[in-house]
Amino acid sequence: MNIASFAPLAVVLPILGAALTFLLIRHTRAQRAVSIALLSLTLGLECLLLASAWNGGTAAVTIGGWLPPWGIVMVVDQFSSLMLVVSSAISLAVLVYATGQGMADGDHDAPVSIFHPTYLILVAGVSNAFLSGDLFNLYVGFEILLTASYVLMTLGGTGPRIRAGVTYVVVSVVSSVLFLISIAMVYGATGTVNMADLAIKLGELDQGTKTLLHVMLLVAFGIKAAVFPLSFWLPDSYPTAPAPVTAVFAGLLTKVGVYAMVRTETLLFPGDTLNTPLMVAALLTMVVGILGALAQSDIKRLLSFTLVSHIGYMVFGLAMSSAAGLAAAVFYVAHHITIQTSLFLVTGLIERRGGSSSVDRLGGLAKLSPLLALLFFVPGMNLAGIPPFSGFLGKVGLMQAGIELGTPLAYALVIGGVATSLLTLLAIARVWNRAFWRRPTDAEHPDPVLLAAPAVRLSGPGAKANNTVTLLPRTMVGSTLGLVVLGVALTVFAGPLFGLSDRAARDMLDRAPYIQAVLGSDVPIPATPAVGGVR
Amino acid sequence: MSVNLTLLIVMGALYACGIYLILERSLTRVLLGLMLLANATNLLILATGGYAGLAPLFAKDTPAQDYNDPLPQALILTSIVISFAVTAFMLGIIYRTWVLARQDDIQDDLEDRRVAATPSFDAEDDAEVPAETSEFPLTMLGSDGRDVSNHQASGGDTGPETVQPVATVVAGGREMPAEHAAAEEKPGSLNIDPSPEGGGK
Repeated sequence: MNIASFAPLAVVLPILGAALTFLLIRHTRAQRAVSIALLSLTLGLECLLLASAWNGGTAAVTIGGWLPPWGIVMVVDQFSSLMLVVSSAISLAVLVYATGQGMADGDHDAPVSIFHPTYLILVAGVSNAFLSGDLFNLYVGFEILLTASYVLMTLGGTGPRIRAGVTYVVVSVVSSVLFLISIAMVYGATGTVNMADLAIKLGELDQGTKTLLHVMLLVAFGIKAAVFPLSFWLPDSYPTAPAPVTAVFAGLLTKVGVYAMVRTETLLFPGDTLNTPLMVAALLTMVVGILGALAQSDIKRLLSFTLVSHIGYMVFGLAMSSAAGLAAAVFYVAHHITIQTSLFLVTGLIERRGGSSSVDRLGGLAKLSPLLALLFFVPGMNLAGIPPFSGFLGKVGLMQAGIELGTPLAYALVIGGVATSLLTLLAIARVWNRAFWRRPTDAEHPDPVLLAAPAVRLSGPGAKANNTVTLLPRTMVGSTLGLVVLGVALTVFAGPLFGLSDRAARDMLDRAPYIQAVLGSDVPIPATPAVGGVR
Repeated sequence: MSVNLTLLIVMGALYACGIYLILERSLTRVLLGLMLLANATNLLILATGGYAGLAPLFAKDTPAQDYNDPLPQALILTSIVISFAVTAFMLGIIYRTWVLARQDDIQDDLEDRRVAATPSFDAEDDAEVPAETSEFPLTMLGSDGRDVSNHQASGGDTGPETVQPVATVVAGGREMPAEHAAAEEKPGSLNIDPSPEGGGK
């Protein structure tokens, strides 16, 4: 009995937790305990899955005893188990953070009774999407996480959230319909929705049909992943949600789209038919996204734009379809999930401490709360790609792969990537200078909280301690600190992690491990078409 | 694989109406559009199953091609359930919008509007008033509040620049000339006492 046979538990446990927390809707304390315990259990299980897949063990679990290609399969390989571990780790951190916020605030901002079940369903949907070896099950995973995200996005039903929620829901539903249409077309063309089976049967179609299906799937996933020009919904809708919700959305939802794009590009449609348009889209995503970030004064909106912009890096790595590029993209996804989530969590803390998330109203936070400054500075520099950090390593990997590829477009992307990195640094430095470095009195419209702070501090040590506890609860700071430390750990252990992503990329480009794990080792593997990366 | 033409025509009509409706600003129509799109897609999935056949209940002496393909119907069932949930949620949102705003339309994003309305002139970054480049910072401003660099740029040519109204920025809810806004924030300008480090106190 392999540990991989327990993979469905990664979906079942959160759903079980959702049911339990829903039953415990009137007992907030029990609810918190149950959801945190179950999510920790899931994380532990996924760590075991990652350990079993670490050295290239791809395993498939058939659900309900229906053999593939008829039944639904779940596939655990290096990429999916890495994504599972990273996503559950940040979900757990965000859950602890949200619990801390709920306890500190008396829950007026986020009705916690609904929050816990919905959040666990979201996690279940994400896990299902990562594990799915079946195109329709992937769709169901997407729908589970999207429906949960609709509820989380509009928590509390305030005016701005409803307004942003409408855009978000309509865009997501349209992208889901597109995905469903593509599934119907794929089924019509091949008669199967099992991804390993599709990998074989799609290769037998003529080029026109193949390209059509390929484009449809990429557009559907591109909307979810927020690839330019399908990214306009994201900076509009994410910032209005409560801080922990925005953090988990930013970390996970777009990455599920990226994950699906990676599977489409490597497993279903190998080769480089659409690499040029993907590269152009990646370049535009990077540049347009970061230019948008520079125009913002609200930190949450700024971070949403950097989120869009950095999706471009992943698409860049994917579009090269060389092992080096794909490995860098896998590493970058893991890095970016962690960093972007911690930045959003810190922004939530900034909003609590400084009374606003607009840099026009903030100032002097470095002096008020040095820990907060450190918590912002480390992931901020990491996002911008300053040398020792994992953001730098991921970008270097992408640049190397781009130069290896050596086409003019790849060089343009390398230059665009460096420019985006520098502009990200500029955007982060602006936030740093304004919110942390300058005096509160220098702010355009300083928030009263900041100006009143010295008076509070003068009124005695007891008052200060009391004040700090309400503004920055220990659980919230602790979970943010945990994520920042995880981000630093990605830097420290970048060597083994890059080794893992390298093996994952090779396995994905090879396709044989995946297909044979699902369909049995006696299945002939179709020859992978020549790929642009090999010159 | 052969398909039913009527189904395809109905599907096309549903898609057309659905796309037309989701382009409206009224939320109820958008919802109707989404429902039509979902149903059109269900028909599309049904069409991929081919001609109608026998119910897929196994009988020994029926050849395989006489059965209907059961998978598309299973897919449709799932998709119906999902679109049901989404429709219910959308109805809730529409009701909430109505309660909050008394209208059925999609609301504008205030922050977007604000960013769009921001003049390209940024009080801090783009002010033409050179802050500390000269030994005599205060004389850089003319008596009429216009800065010297502007005069230098236009010279004797009283072109469009001089006729233009004074650029204004909205700060703290009140509108003020851009020069004043810039001057308020710049160390070493009109109303801030320059200190040795060059910062205002």
